[in-house]
Amino acid sequence: MTESTLDPAGAAYRKVVEAGDHWTHMIRRGQVLRIVDLEGNQSADTLFYDAHDPSERYSASDTIRHQAALYLTTGTRLMSTDGNALLTIIADTCGRHDTLGGACSRESNTTRYAADRESMHACRESFICAAHEARPELGKRDLTCNINFFMNVPVTPDGRLTFEDGVSGPGRYVEMRAERDVICLISNCPQLNNPCNAYNPTPIEVVIWD
Amino acid sequence: MPAHPGSPAAPPLLTRRLDRAGMWSGVVSRGKTLRLTDLEGGANVGLLLYNADLPVERYNMPDTLKGQHTFHLRHPLCLHSDMGRVLASITADSLGWHDTACGCSDAALVAEKNGIRTYQAARNDFHRNGRECFLIELAKWGLGRRDLVPNANFFSKVVADEAGRLSFVPGHSRPGSLVELRLEMDSLVVLNTCQHPLDPGPYRSAPVLLEVFASRPPGPDDPCRLSRPENTRAFINTENYTLLRGHRLSHD
Repeated sequence: MTESTLDPAGAAYRKVVEAGDHWTHMIRRGQVLRIVDLEGNQSADTLFYDAHDPSERYSASDTIRHQAALYLTTGTRLMSTDGNALLTIIADTCGRHDTLGGACSRESNTTRYAADRESMHACRESFICAAHEARPELGKRDLTCNINFFMNVPVTPDGRLTFEDGVSGPGRYVEMRAERDVICLISNCPQLNNPCNAYNPTPIEVVIWD
Repeated sequence: MPAHPGSPAAPPLLTRRLDRAGMWSGVVSRGKTLRLTDLEGGANVGLLLYNADLPVERYNMPDTLKGQHTFHLRHPLCLHSDMGRVLASITADSLGWHDTACGCSDAALVAEKNGIRTYQAARNDFHRNGRECFLIELAKWGLGRRDLVPNANFFSKVVADEAGRLSFVPGHSRPGSLVELRLEMDSLVVLNTCQHPLDPGPYRSAPVLLEVFASRPPGPDDPCRLSRPENTRAFINTENYTLLRGHRLSHD
C-alpha cells in the first residue's frame, strides 16, 4: 500500500466513468493517471498503447516476466510488447491488481456461463468503441490481454485460478506515471455473472495531473 | 494427471526435428493432431494458434485460464480463442503442467542473461530469442506485431507463491516427454523452441520432434469436451462455426 501526495483539486483532468461505459485519453510522458474505485470492488479493464506507434502496446506477459510476479502494485513497470516501460505504478491503496483475467466478451460469456448470456453487455464491446474513438486504425486486432485494476484473481501454488470478491474498497485508487506518451483505453466492466464487480458494477473516476 | 489416450497409430503426415531455435509455422486443419516430443529433456515450445481463415481470432491466454479455472495447461484442458471457441484440445500429456503466463524471451533478455553471440562469431549457434522467432514466422503469413499475443510454453513449469512471485521449475520435462494438440479449428500454428524466458540455466534450445497425424474427431464422450462445462459449451460454439463454414463435423 502506497498513498499519493497528489491533490485532485490541482488535477488537469477529472472524469467519472460509469459502469459499462468506455473511456479513452492520451496520457503524456510525465503525467500521472489515477484510477479511483469510487464505490469499491469494481474492475477497471485497461489497455495502453504507445501514442506514436500504437503497434507497440501493453503486454501482460512481458509485464509478468519482467517482474517475475503475477500481481501489479506500486513499483510495477507496465511493459510494452517491445520491452519498454509504458508507465510505472507509483501509488496503490488497493494492494494488488490482475493482468491474467483478460476482458469479458459476449462470446466468452456463452462459454463461461450459458448461451443465453450472449446478449449481455461486455468489456470487449466497450474496448472496440474506445479503440475506434482513440484512433481510426485501431480495432479488435489491437485488443490484447489487459489489466484489471482492482480485480482479485488469486493463483494458488498448485496452479488453480479463481475470480474472487475484491480486495478493493470504496475510494481506493491506483496511480501511475507515464514513461512515454500513451493512449489509454478503459472499459468499466459491466460483468454481472461473477464476483469481479461484486455483482454490482459501479462508477470509477479517472484523474490526470500534469 | 499425465495421460496418453489414443495416440495415433497411423504414420505421421509430417515429421520435423526442430534444432537450435527451431521455428515452424503451418496451417493444420481441424481433426489433425500435432505431437511435440522433448527429445533430450528441458525443452520449451512457445506456441500460438490463429484461426486460419481469419487470424484476428487467436489464442487467448486469459480466456483459456479463466474459462477453465486454471493457471496452467494440461490434459484434458483446451486452448481457447478470444471468440468463445476451442482452437485445440490437449489430448495427451506426459507432464500435466505447461506455462502460458510468462510469454517469450526477447533480444534484451537473452543478451542480459547470456551475453551477445552473433552469427558472425558463432554461425548458426548464434543467440536467438522467442519474440524474434515468432515475428519471423508470423511475417510469412502476413501477420506482425499487432498479432503477437501471450503464448503457451509447452514443457515448462512456472509456479506462483501466495504473493504471486513466480519460480521456474528446473528439470520438469524429461527426455521423451510429449504433448498432443488435436486441432478443433483449421488453425495457423506458429511455434519455436527458444528457451523459456524464466529458465535460469545457460543459453540452450533443446531439440524437439514435431509430428502431425490424422486423428479421430472428438465424440460426445471426449474427455476434453467433458473436462469442464465451459469446454462443453466452447465445443458447441466451435461446432456451430464449423457447420456454418461448410465442414462436416466428422472426418470419418
